[in-house]
Amino acid sequence: MSALTVLAADEFKAPGLELFDFPTLWAGAPFWLTKPVLLAVLSSLVVIAFCWSAFGNPKLVPRGMQNVGEYGYMFVRDQVARPFLGKDADRYMGLLLSLFFLVWIWNLMGVIPVLQFPVASHIAFPVVLALVVYGMKIYLGMKHQGALGYFKNMMFPPGLPKPIYFLLAPIEFLSNMIVAPFTHAVRLFANMFAGHIIIAFFSMVGFWFLFEKLTPLGAPVGVLGVLMTIAMTGFELFIQFLQAFLFALLAAMYIGGSLHAEH
Amino acid sequence: MKAAATLLAAEGNSPIMPHMYELVVGVFAFLLVLVVVGKILTPRIQKTLNERTEAIEGGIKKAEDAQAEAQRTLEQYRAQLAEARQEAARLREEAREQGARIKAELREEAQEEARRLIQAAHAQIEADRQQAMAQLRGEIGRLSTELAGRIVGESLEDEARQRRVVDRFLEELEGTQAVH
Repeated sequence: MSALTVLAADEFKAPGLELFDFPTLWAGAPFWLTKPVLLAVLSSLVVIAFCWSAFGNPKLVPRGMQNVGEYGYMFVRDQVARPFLGKDADRYMGLLLSLFFLVWIWNLMGVIPVLQFPVASHIAFPVVLALVVYGMKIYLGMKHQGALGYFKNMMFPPGLPKPIYFLLAPIEFLSNMIVAPFTHAVRLFANMFAGHIIIAFFSMVGFWFLFEKLTPLGAPVGVLGVLMTIAMTGFELFIQFLQAFLFALLAAMYIGGSLHAEH
Repeated sequence: MKAAATLLAAEGNSPIMPHMYELVVGVFAFLLVLVVVGKILTPRIQKTLNERTEAIEGGIKKAEDAQAEAQRTLEQYRAQLAEARQEAARLREEAREQGARIKAELREEAQEEARRLIQAAHAQIEADRQQAMAQLRGEIGRLSTELAGRIVGESLEDEARQRRVVDRFLEELEGTQAVH
């Protein structure tokens, strides 16, 4: 018996944060074994299964799943890796491909019937990926530009009047070292979080006004809720793809920036 | 009571505070994908894509080579054909020259032969004439004698006329000989 059903007895209440709280899968299960954890691992298995069927035994002349997989590979290579990494693109394709597919499947879990929970709407998961990229960014930056050179290139880009640096250096440091990884994770998290609430809200409207409290006045609102649920699900499919693309794109951008000082 | 507790618990879990166990699971889930997809599968597809590129480039190269080879062979054939034509023209010219020479030789020979035949004929004719002449001389003597005998045997009244006949006859005989 959840809080939702108790309150639902007398008046409509929009879904909120409780959407993101899950008990353990069954009574007595380990405390960490919840639906998001299950979906996160399931997503990994889905990505691995898909990639294995596509790239496990690749042929010179592609057939079936290999075509689909190559389409994804080409997309990540041409739209994400090459624009930011140039000739180093191939070395980081493994990482970028993993990030893109994993985030996309995490997000897609939000619209798959029954499962219906976008894994990335639990912030821990985007944080893990963002931290990995952040760690790589700093490591590669120091390796390729030198420990001091990395921060010098970041905070003191040449060719500006001296006084500007008093302003620029702290901003650049803050932006690169603190804001960038934070927004990298939060952008994905917040999009999935909000999207999940929106879909839940409209489906709750439909459910409430068409099934729980069916009234002549409320019915059209319920129909609108159902229609909006369908529309928002379509929109959410687009956002899910876009966020996965963006997450991989930013990762490529950060890594590319560390390999070569841009300024 | 239970509902209120759940609500409190919900509010206690801030959505931007990551759960520790989810961080661990997240790392595990990501590493799993990174190892299998990133480290095992990506190199495979990269290798295949590179091989495909090479195969296509190799195919194009091979086609170009074949075309160049065909071009070379064609040139060679053309050169050979031209050479053969030249050779044929030369042979034809030679044959014509030879033919002309043979014809000229034959004509010369034929003319020589004709000349020789004519000469032989002339000689023969001369010999025949000489022989006829000699024969004629003997005949004339005999005839003259016979004629003379006859004339002598005739009447003497016509003696003067007979004489004239004999004279004319002899004169004519002389004249014929003089012509020759």
